[in-house]
Amino acid sequence: MNTEISGVIFTYLLTLAIAIPLGRYIARIFKGEKTWLDFLAPVERFIFRFSGIDPKKEMNWKQHLFALLTINSVWLIYAFVCLMAQGHLPLNPDANTGQSPDTAFNTAISFLVNCNLQHYSGESGATYFTQHFVFMFLHFVSAATGIAALIVLYKAMKDKVTDKLGNFWDYFVKSITRVLLPISFVIAVIFAFNGMTTSYAGKDTFISMQGDTVHVSRGPVAALVAIKHLGTNGGGWFGANSAHPIENPNYLTNTVELVAQCVIPIALVFALGFYLNKKKFAYVIFGVMTLGMLLLLIPTMNAEINGNPAIAHMGISQPTGAMEGKEVRFGPANSAYWSVLTTIISTGSVNSMHDSAMPVSGTMMLLGMMVNCFYGGCGVGVLNFYVFIIIAVFISGLMVGRTPEFLGRKIEAREMKIASLIALLHPFIILVGLAISSYVVVHMPGADWAVKPSTWLNNPGNHGFSEMLYEYTSSAANNGSGFEGLGDGNIFWNVTTGIVMILGRFLPIIGPLAIAGLLANKKYIPESAGTLKSDTSTFGLMIFAVIVIIAALSFFPALALGPIAEHFSLR
Amino acid sequence: MSLIKSLISNISYLKSNFKTMKAYLLPSIKLTIILIVITAGIYPLAIAGVGKLTPGHGDGETVIYKGRVVGYANEGQKFTKDQYFWSRPSAVDYNAAGSGGSNKGPSNPDYLKQVNDRITDFMKHNPGVTRSQIPAELVTASGSGLDPDLSPAGAQVQVARVAKVRGLSADAVSKLVDAHTEKPLFGVFGPAKVNVLKLNVTLDELKPL
Repeated sequence: MNTEISGVIFTYLLTLAIAIPLGRYIARIFKGEKTWLDFLAPVERFIFRFSGIDPKKEMNWKQHLFALLTINSVWLIYAFVCLMAQGHLPLNPDANTGQSPDTAFNTAISFLVNCNLQHYSGESGATYFTQHFVFMFLHFVSAATGIAALIVLYKAMKDKVTDKLGNFWDYFVKSITRVLLPISFVIAVIFAFNGMTTSYAGKDTFISMQGDTVHVSRGPVAALVAIKHLGTNGGGWFGANSAHPIENPNYLTNTVELVAQCVIPIALVFALGFYLNKKKFAYVIFGVMTLGMLLLLIPTMNAEINGNPAIAHMGISQPTGAMEGKEVRFGPANSAYWSVLTTIISTGSVNSMHDSAMPVSGTMMLLGMMVNCFYGGCGVGVLNFYVFIIIAVFISGLMVGRTPEFLGRKIEAREMKIASLIALLHPFIILVGLAISSYVVVHMPGADWAVKPSTWLNNPGNHGFSEMLYEYTSSAANNGSGFEGLGDGNIFWNVTTGIVMILGRFLPIIGPLAIAGLLANKKYIPESAGTLKSDTSTFGLMIFAVIVIIAALSFFPALALGPIAEHFSLR
Repeated sequence: MSLIKSLISNISYLKSNFKTMKAYLLPSIKLTIILIVITAGIYPLAIAGVGKLTPGHGDGETVIYKGRVVGYANEGQKFTKDQYFWSRPSAVDYNAAGSGGSNKGPSNPDYLKQVNDRITDFMKHNPGVTRSQIPAELVTASGSGLDPDLSPAGAQVQVARVAKVRGLSADAVSKLVDAHTEKPLFGVFGPAKVNVLKLNVTLDELKPL
């Protein structure tokens, strides 16, 4: 078999092999059972004592949300201030300056919400201080926020008639000390031994073989890149992200980065099965997600391996596939796999430039973010999926003429309203943003922002439209990858995507938790012959249909104007 | 209508619960401080410590020729002279203080013209090479702009030119490329590649110009 394809299959199987035991381990942690990292308990006790937190105090779903939102607001302000002031802060060997207020606004939100859209370039727009004390810190805590929120959901699904859903701080801190930090450490050590830099030394200068003077950006990269993937964040050290040879030096590091970014989202699905003792239900969810992943992956790999037809016309050979924006050491097959995984999983790191990918691939990446729950981000993937489950239960109930029930609770008007609002929010914020930006490009090309709208787009025609569509989709899905040709470093894009990101993060956390909290308070109805079985493939197909209808079809007109039109023009 | 009403009631509800948020504020700030120390202080310092034990001591692995640093092993640099194996086109001109790709879409007419120009240029410098022998990576820009590698085919297609300029036999240069070809991971995963900088350094060692 072709070594590029076997590499992709190996990577996926390795991910599963780690995700299943990791899922069991995560379930054990949050069930309060013994694990082999229990020796860390004193560290956690110290953290709680220092912070004045009683981790045993039970919270209801509202208290969970208030705790979550309060600490997130603290981080937002902290990040914003640091980014503005970074020029005056220590650990700035390259003498980079502070970010402008609009860039800092966008960047602070972007890292807070686990999106990591980057409207600056790491080499010049950030310092070692902000890379570590803002970005890497937020990598950890934003991922832990998602995981903690999901555990609240699991807890609400597990217990019968309760409003005691555990302690948010407990879930949150343990997500870091028991999951994210230890695994990141192992990954970062692997990276360090594969050529990723770890020291705090600033730029180096050398004279090349041909006599050019070259300045080389570097820095303590390995620690950040580990959590950047493990936490499905994606905000890289360098402008080129994981295409950069320091941030991703070889095929081994590439494999590790790929496994790291998928492993927690997949493990959390299995953790559901272990936590609720409903393994079959977890397999159904996993099956639906994997089916979705494959339907996006196969066309993408096919398009990239076959190369660009317009370049094939020039008569040169594309033995491996399309190479524009790709690195030789990864090759098109692996880059295609990465592009699909990073978009369905909300990581948004890239090892090839998505703007230069084939139109079919671009469509698949966009669909991945539009659905945003095939595996999905740390914690939030399953939260998004939960909304679709609720809608699927409701529709199935109507179809057979029974009161819809899920895990022994009736789903009624209030829950359905929340679920529908959250499901429709995603297309709403993307398409409204896209409409505004399209209007501005056409009708106000000379407007006096830092960059004139007439020069926003790096490519003409349908592809230019796709660049804007991608930017808002990526913001709303908290993904963070981009069609980076878009001139997004200006007030218009900083502010609009900032707003889209924050809505796209917190409402889809609040909604599912509210539903779960409301359901947990309802009377428990024991299973009977008439109960809709949630752990069957029929129900899995039902969820899949709901996802396709709601998430994918609402975007079809926009996709038709962008990448689909480009595909048919590319001959 | 009822939807809007419920939204409004939710907002006023949030206001009344502002107090709850206040109670969480101080613990939030303290927890933030301690987690910053752990995740952004202790953790990367530990990794920096481990990095000291690695081949490049955490500063990046350099390539040395005639006693001076001529580049970083992992980062590509510009090779445009005929006596060297060329590296790939770069959107940032191999300026390693930045990085990035062209971000040109596959249907962009300006971009397609640029690719065609690169093909013409390559053929001018490599007489005897036919279009179908040129692999795509030699006329397309990489994602990082710092791609250190070529595919084995991308190096072999330049052998005749390099051998002629250096006065070496094509066979000897071709063997050099073979010796520098790195196999896929464990021999089975991913593409084979040739590090252009290391190849060119060996070339200069073999027969300096």
